Amino acid sequence: MNITSYLIRGLATGGQFALVAIGYTMVYGILKLINFAHGELFMVSGILMIYIVADLPTLPIGLAICLMAALTVFIGFLIEKFAYSPLRSAPRMSVMISAIGVSYLLQNLVSYITGGLSKQFPDIPVIGESVRFLGIKDKLTVFLSPVIAIVLTVILVQIINHTKFGMAMRAVSKDFETSQLMGIKINRVISITFAIGAFLAATGSVLYFAKNTGINHLSGANPGLKAFIAAVVGGIGSIPGAVVGALIIGVAESLAKAFGLADFSDVISFGLLIIILVVKPTGIFGEKTTEKV
Amino acid sequence: MSDNILEIKTLNVRFGGILAVNDISLDVRRGKIVTLIGANGAGKSTILRSVSGIVKPVHGEILFEGENIMGLTPEQIVKKGITLVPEGRRVFPNLTVLENLKMGAYLRKDDYEKDLSYVYRLFPRLEERSWQSAGTLSGGEQQMLAVGRALMSSPKLIMMDEPSLGLAPLVVRDIFSIIRTINENGITVLLIEQNANMALKTCDYGYVIETGNITMQGEGDKLLNDDRVKEAYLGKSRNG
Repeated sequence: MNITSYLIRGLATGGQFALVAIGYTMVYGILKLINFAHGELFMVSGILMIYIVADLPTLPIGLAICLMAALTVFIGFLIEKFAYSPLRSAPRMSVMISAIGVSYLLQNLVSYITGGLSKQFPDIPVIGESVRFLGIKDKLTVFLSPVIAIVLTVILVQIINHTKFGMAMRAVSKDFETSQLMGIKINRVISITFAIGAFLAATGSVLYFAKNTGINHLSGANPGLKAFIAAVVGGIGSIPGAVVGALIIGVAESLAKAFGLADFSDVISFGLLIIILVVKPTGIFGEKTTEKV
Repeated sequence: MSDNILEIKTLNVRFGGILAVNDISLDVRRGKIVTLIGANGAGKSTILRSVSGIVKPVHGEILFEGENIMGLTPEQIVKKGITLVPEGRRVFPNLTVLENLKMGAYLRKDDYEKDLSYVYRLFPRLEERSWQSAGTLSGGEQQMLAVGRALMSSPKLIMMDEPSLGLAPLVVRDIFSIIRTINENGITVLLIEQNANMALKTCDYGYVIETGNITMQGEGDKLLNDDRVKEAYLGKSRNG
């Protein structure tokens, strides 16, 4: 394999991580919470897809994906309602512990349902098919992932910057109480933020598991961790930052493989994280905190 | 309809067992400027925050245009026509000036262009800086923005929490003249101030609050010339 193919596979993984990383960064932006359950939600959406396709074999795959995305969004919404919303005025540490709890709950639940065995992700037509592009033969999902990630990001950023709801989101992320005084229902804004994050994670999971087809209850841990690192590298709270961070992490890990350092891919991600934190603690797109008080 | 736009009756607010507001009753006449003065921690902000629905009182009644609004959510209260300019301005620093003003009109379904041009007429500076992010404005400009943002909800009653806090004397004068202008345009004002002198000169009626209780009330001029008020809140520097 030549370097281009590693580069493209790196961008693919990066694009898939990016869709997960946006969920981390958006929730952090609004609640200042690292939602540790997000990686598990990503895994759960993969598992849901398996069960939906197995139990409803007559359902067209497109509808199955929509159903899976809807269920993932619903679970994301439930997690917020039951694990985070009651802790709105609790110290941040308590919410984080709750997030870790949800993460283990989801893992254990899936392990109970699947018996801890690896399940095979269904064949997804079109994106699961092999194509040849730029002289490289791989599943279409590999070529498509970074494109889909970037398109969805552009749409999301437009919504946040140019719609009334986006404006409310930005206001809530700065000041809960004053947002309430404007008449914004902050709980609704937070719920929708979780829903968007869950939807993107569901999209990412289809793209990711179409290529890496074996899923068990631990399959969310690594992508979740990498997406989290990506969000921090890019500057947590920044959506373009999360995408850029994810693409960098994806490409760096893939290039590590190209140079025969596959065993060191984690070292490379964490090394990048450390370098960024030392050089620019707020991350690549980190917010400048120079507001007048 | 009653003359009072807002009536607060035996309001009690507690924070973790500590009584912040103790059986306070006060009235705000429609079309007037009413001020609450008193030392820090006397419970003034808590009263305004209770009216806004941010703080949940233990008991009491808050009547707005004769209707009890206690227990309503902040957004229902904004819809009724009450707005609060919070202490410390609290503009959204990451939003532009124009976006901040639009946030003030968040719940409105009707056209707010007229109110926007009204706010720009009151504060021409805000129009000049409409595309600038609010965090880059000076303190006085941020206060104007906070007032403008509150006006965008087209309120019947505007409550202001320490609008002159931390501002230069010249800017303070501007803010008070704006408060009078807003009031002349038909909006009732409920004002909290640590600048008792300016507040009592501007208001029609004033209440003095000490540690959760109302200790004095009366017309602005009367309080301004009251010996106890002079001693406690106006100090010796009062020459005119």
